[in-house]
Amino acid sequence: MSRAATEAVVLTGDQLARTLTRIAHEILEKNASDTALAVVGIHTRGALLGRRLHGLLCQLSEREIPDGELDISFYRDDVAARGAPGVIPKTPQPVVKDTNLPFDVGGTTIILVDDVLYTGRTIRAAIDALFDYGRPDRIQLAVLVDRGHRELPIRPDYVGKNLPTALGERINVRLSEADGVDEVVLVRTAGEE
Amino acid sequence: MAKRDLISIDDLSAADVDLLLDTAESFLPVLQRDIKKVPTLRGRTVINMFFESSTRTSTSFDLAAKRLSADTIGIKAKGSAVDKGESLKDTIITLSAYSPDIIVIRHPRAGACQLASANTTASIINAGDGKHQHPSQCLLDLFTLRQAFGRNLRGLKVAIVGDILHSRVARSDIAGFQLLGMDVTVIAPPTMMPREVDSLGVNVRYDLAELHKADVIYLLRIQQERITQGANFLPSLREYANVWGVTRSRLRPGQKVMHPGPINRGVEISAAVADDPDTLIAQQVEAGLAVRMAILYRTIVGSTDSDTKEAL
Amino acid sequence: MTRRLWSAPARGADVLIRGARVVDPLAGLDETLDVLVRKGRILQVGTGLEAPTGCRTIAADGWLLLPGFVDLHTHLRTPGREDEEDLASATRAAAAGGYVAIFAMANTDPVVDTASLVQALALRAQTEAVVPVGFFAAVTRGLRGEQLTEMWELAQAGAVGFSDDGRPLSSAHLTRRALQYAKVTDRFVAVHAEDESLTRGGVMHEGAVSAKLGLGGMPPVAESIEVDRALELAAYEQGRLHLCHLSTAASLEHLERAKKAGVQVTAEVTPHHLTLTDECIRSLDPNYKMNPPLRPEADRKALAQALRSGLIDCVATDHAPHAQQEKEVPFEDAPFGTLGLQTAFAAAHQTLVASGALKLPVLAERMSQSPARIAGMAVPTVQAGEEANLCLVDPRETWTVTSAELHSKAKNSAWLGAKMKTRVKLTIAAGSVAWEDGAR
Repeated sequence: MSRAATEAVVLTGDQLARTLTRIAHEILEKNASDTALAVVGIHTRGALLGRRLHGLLCQLSEREIPDGELDISFYRDDVAARGAPGVIPKTPQPVVKDTNLPFDVGGTTIILVDDVLYTGRTIRAAIDALFDYGRPDRIQLAVLVDRGHRELPIRPDYVGKNLPTALGERINVRLSEADGVDEVVLVRTAGEE
Repeated sequence: MAKRDLISIDDLSAADVDLLLDTAESFLPVLQRDIKKVPTLRGRTVINMFFESSTRTSTSFDLAAKRLSADTIGIKAKGSAVDKGESLKDTIITLSAYSPDIIVIRHPRAGACQLASANTTASIINAGDGKHQHPSQCLLDLFTLRQAFGRNLRGLKVAIVGDILHSRVARSDIAGFQLLGMDVTVIAPPTMMPREVDSLGVNVRYDLAELHKADVIYLLRIQQERITQGANFLPSLREYANVWGVTRSRLRPGQKVMHPGPINRGVEISAAVADDPDTLIAQQVEAGLAVRMAILYRTIVGSTDSDTKEAL
Repeated sequence: MTRRLWSAPARGADVLIRGARVVDPLAGLDETLDVLVRKGRILQVGTGLEAPTGCRTIAADGWLLLPGFVDLHTHLRTPGREDEEDLASATRAAAAGGYVAIFAMANTDPVVDTASLVQALALRAQTEAVVPVGFFAAVTRGLRGEQLTEMWELAQAGAVGFSDDGRPLSSAHLTRRALQYAKVTDRFVAVHAEDESLTRGGVMHEGAVSAKLGLGGMPPVAESIEVDRALELAAYEQGRLHLCHLSTAASLEHLERAKKAGVQVTAEVTPHHLTLTDECIRSLDPNYKMNPPLRPEADRKALAQALRSGLIDCVATDHAPHAQQEKEVPFEDAPFGTLGLQTAFAAAHQTLVASGALKLPVLAERMSQSPARIAGMAVPTVQAGEEANLCLVDPRETWTVTSAELHSKAKNSAWLGAKMKTRVKLTIAAGSVAWEDGAR
């Protein structure tokens, strides 16, 4: 895979795996063993990370922990961001993916998983969505990368890597399930715009 | 600067249809929750204008909008300014002053949606215009077929039976079914077949002799007014039932029957067939809500200029 | 010859048109020439002409100079619907389209069915019309299809012919009587051929496009059946028949047979039937709704071929203004008709002449001299000694048809928004400048 000159690897595959394991340990330390945990990943890469984290948690705790995935399309705060009335959007519309929560959300402690924490708006939407499925006891947030620039008072409980970024930069999380490789890269896109 | 209207099935590509139906599918779990509502269209306004009587289409559009948290206004020709002779153009302009995002229109005349669209910045959704188009019906029919036969409908054989000439459902379904690669046969009395109907790329039959070849039989409502007023499209409903009515004995096992409703028991469909749980008629009605939610959602949903995920 | 045309008096033109391609089949001209018009008469046609003092010169290199056009089929809407069109606006549109005479149909409100009404309209034309206007009188009183009008008296008053156009004649009996009685007048009967029992509920041609759109169809046989009937009666009575706005290939077959048999029949075709097809209606734009309706390409081609061969004698616009609010309704609810006067030549020229389907001299003849002969008026021709009835055309100027460009009060043109590639620059009608592009 050729790499653009403006990309810099910030987490290799090994580092990514170790980071997830560390987060899993932190989750089990923070929550008493009788807590009804459930892992919910946010589409698309949050769901993939959620699946991995769920595996680790089951393995480390030797418990059956339910998991699920969440699509927040219907809860976005920019659903109708379509410029002036009557203008066709420039970029393709996002595909809505399935929300699958095969357990009772009520009374659980939900570990909400996403790849990159940025403005916080996705998390806001995800929390709203979860509450339409039931009333969880608590929601904790686990992210692989926190790149800063929050626009809402949202704070992660578990962070893989704090990575202060400039606005013109982008974090790309690549996971083998979707991208064929495990890595996190920092992309400088300012020049393109 | 075009806006996103849905006036004809021909406005959509196969990919658009797939996206719409996928979206409709993702609304199904929402409709099964305790809280059957998502905030997607919060603060948006949907006006439902029905210049022609309709129960299922108007209620399902209205409920679809409410499930998406939109504010809805329902307007019927009776009792409105239209009743006092206001032109469609003026009605649209007046309502546009309230900055609606979507106007859903059912109108007895083809061309009403184009006229409406030219006079408002709201997106126009055609809920049936004359004998022209009824795209949401076609989409819910496709959705029903996908639920019954799987995602790939290519090669599926459908026979549409009834008053093809006067049916906007037939016209929408022919286009939509073909868009997804289905094989369409139309069957009607010669008086109810549009001239040059073969130009629509369909097989044309005038009796039920080859009905057994179809995987799906789509029946259309036969209206009493085609017989009265000297119209002479048919000598009688009885004669229609005798020649073109679908009864159990005319069906082979496994054939799926569809009907847009309301049905005429004993005319185009026998009571036994209508009550058979194996038809897809009830599924069509159920599909209406999720599909119309998807239509409303896809009309409004846009994209930000920035990266969709990271901007969040 | 009784007078058949009236216009407001205007100063005779004094102009030297230099270097235009003069195309006049009657004069046998198709060459680059100078034409000198003095006091409204063509003084000289030749080369190297010099403008006398007090006479301006128009450099017309690359332009066409044609005998002015004559329209046998205009709906004036006056009297009764002056909000849609009046004598002044219609004749301005006609002038801007290169017309030097137009003849108005009788289906106004009130219907033109008495001599006094013809006289009243003639008087109004003498104050308002910038291009000479003539008038059809109705075949039946009030267009009710019952009682014949007083045709002899109407002809004395100057009616050019008789027509219930807008509606077909209601029966074979009536068509027969009209053809019989009109013979006392030396005028023709113009027939809108349509079997209404076959077109009821129809809003467009019945065919593939109506099947797709779910619109009520008007089958082509509804026209050809009536064409055949009218031709049979004209043959039987030896009456003089004019067939309005033919639109189908089948009608042409009947017409050809009748002409070969010596029936006194003439026929017209509209610019829209020559240049547009029912495919246009896929947009559901009410400006494409006409009666007879736009037909498929095969009919369009047959009509163009018949115009070329002379089977169809002339182009007539069926110029039909409708108020904006009447056309701004769903297609099915809209009235039939399109404007035509201002765009007729441009549409026919850029579609038929440019494609080679029609030679320019033939188009000029079918738009000018042929209809003039049918109307019994002086035939426009570019020859010394004649009254100047001519138009000057830039065959390469592009322009867009907009509401502002259209001189008619109504704006329901099927060409609205279309790019035209031909533009009339100057029209001299009855010796006076009726239109000069750019001059206000």
